[in-house]
Amino acid sequence: MAERFTKGMARNIYYGGGVFVFLLLVGLTFDTMLKMPERDHRVNLTESVARGKGVWEHNNCIGCHSLMGEGAYYAPELANVFDRRGAGSEQSFRAFMSAWMAAQPLQVEGRRKMPQFHLTQEQVDDLSEFLIWTSRIDDNDWPPNIEG
Amino acid sequence: MKFESQKVAQPYFIFALVLFVGQILFGLIMGLQYVDGDFLTSWLPFNVARMVHTNLLLVWLLFGFMGASYYLVPEEADTELYSPWLAKVTFWVFAVAGVATILGYLLVPYARLAELTYNHLLPTMGREFLEQPTITKIGIVLVCLSYVFNIGMTILKGRKTVINMVLITGLIGLAVFFLFSFYNPSNLVLDKYFWWWVVHLWVEGVWELILGAILAFVVIKVTGVDREVVEKWLYMIIALALISGLIGMGHHYFWIGPGTYWLWLGSIFSALEPVPFFMMVMFAFKMVAERRYEHQNKVAIKWALGTAVMGFLGAGVWGFIHTLAPVNYYTHGSQITAAHGHLAFFGAYAMIVMTIISYAMPILRGRPHGNPPSAQRLETFAFWAMCTSMVGITLALTVAGAWQVALQRLPEASEALGFMATQDKIAPVFWVREVLGLIFFVGLMAYLGSFFVGSKELASDSELQLKDAAAA
Repeated sequence: MAERFTKGMARNIYYGGGVFVFLLLVGLTFDTMLKMPERDHRVNLTESVARGKGVWEHNNCIGCHSLMGEGAYYAPELANVFDRRGAGSEQSFRAFMSAWMAAQPLQVEGRRKMPQFHLTQEQVDDLSEFLIWTSRIDDNDWPPNIEG
Repeated sequence: MKFESQKVAQPYFIFALVLFVGQILFGLIMGLQYVDGDFLTSWLPFNVARMVHTNLLLVWLLFGFMGASYYLVPEEADTELYSPWLAKVTFWVFAVAGVATILGYLLVPYARLAELTYNHLLPTMGREFLEQPTITKIGIVLVCLSYVFNIGMTILKGRKTVINMVLITGLIGLAVFFLFSFYNPSNLVLDKYFWWWVVHLWVEGVWELILGAILAFVVIKVTGVDREVVEKWLYMIIALALISGLIGMGHHYFWIGPGTYWLWLGSIFSALEPVPFFMMVMFAFKMVAERRYEHQNKVAIKWALGTAVMGFLGAGVWGFIHTLAPVNYYTHGSQITAAHGHLAFFGAYAMIVMTIISYAMPILRGRPHGNPPSAQRLETFAFWAMCTSMVGITLALTVAGAWQVALQRLPEASEALGFMATQDKIAPVFWVREVLGLIFFVGLMAYLGSFFVGSKELASDSELQLKDAAAA
């Protein structure tokens, strides 16, 4: 670097730039939080959805699946599983979920195995509610198609 | 070694490498589970293996950062460590808590672990990379506090060099941003938004300060280049890292709920994130080219240059290929992400820890001029084996990801292949990845082996020197 560019200047860019950009991030975060209620449709976040998130976390589902594209890439994306498996009705999605969770692990040789988590019917229903709620978050139309 | 208290770094380095071996073993198991769904799954489900793989990485890197700090801060501050005793206690607390947590993952079902550790009182578990029981998280906070306190007090009583100041800023940031791991609202969008304040602000924020400080320290030591020059580079690198990286966090906000302006902000700012990594490459090569003396520890110089290059490739280039929103729309959460994750963590963070170990361990073991040639030769082989196989793994996963996108994401819904069918199709690439993983493991074993060769050489060397001295 040219000698005219001194260490002091570099230091000022670091401190000044760093602080400025961090404050900008905080400001943008405030703005994002103000607009968020509409996008995350929190009015529909019921007790059951909240409990469902607990079921999701307590069984470390994120260790295999992705949710809105984040998590592990070993098993299918689940933020849109309601769209994929629900046949357009919450009723049939709940029925699908009960049957699916009870059938694990599928006895197909060599296929990646989902463990049997021994969830109660209430837990499966809560999990379904959580996944249905998640599928309705405004996520800028991700993923590109229903396969996730 | 200038100060006796720098010795406390040694157990940190050794334990970091032990955990590194564990991380790779679990990685190899997961690699097989990718292609054979029945491999060990009744004893070790994939989600458990992955949690162990990623958590071991996190913990061994933290051990590495701690060892690096305890080694370099006293030397930079030109004073003994504030409290070597506290550093030793912290080591044991962290080691025991870490091992206990990993055993918890392996020995009881995760849901049971959550119950046993009273997760319902303050639910923080079950989120990617933050799977640790709440009690472990509190332990991590205490360990970090003790560590930052010890390093901070040492700097306060000694020289406040730029390297020390940048390092302590990074460490304080590390501790502060980890606190967001305790925020876990039932609203998934808010949970995800602030989850990134731990994960992104660590690896694409404050960890880069730690990386820069360690690299600058080693570069000064092995090249003898004037401190003023190195410090100017360090300031510019971390300035650009923060300026690009903080708003660059927007590239994680594309598809998880936040508004549309993040598509622009995230794309533009994160597209600049390779710049500081490229500067790191220029910096490292320029300093080595302008070196004032020939340091005998040649392999440490190799690690320093390698960190810059591989960090640039993994964090910079592989980050850039999928960071623009129109691209990321198709690649988000695919094997492309996995490719980037592997090369970025290895290139930037695993390698900086091996750089400081390669420089400092010989000195801690009473070999101020580096390891004997035979040990350095083996370590050089390990360097190339690990670097090339990791680049290979990254290329394999990139092919897997591109193929996955082509089969599953690009076609219209009616023609797109489902997730599981896609995974079956791309399985051959996962086999390639597994073979490369085995080569990586061979490299890692050679690396560990290099610590145990050449002691005889060293002995005969010093006899020679004694004879020389006698003859003179």
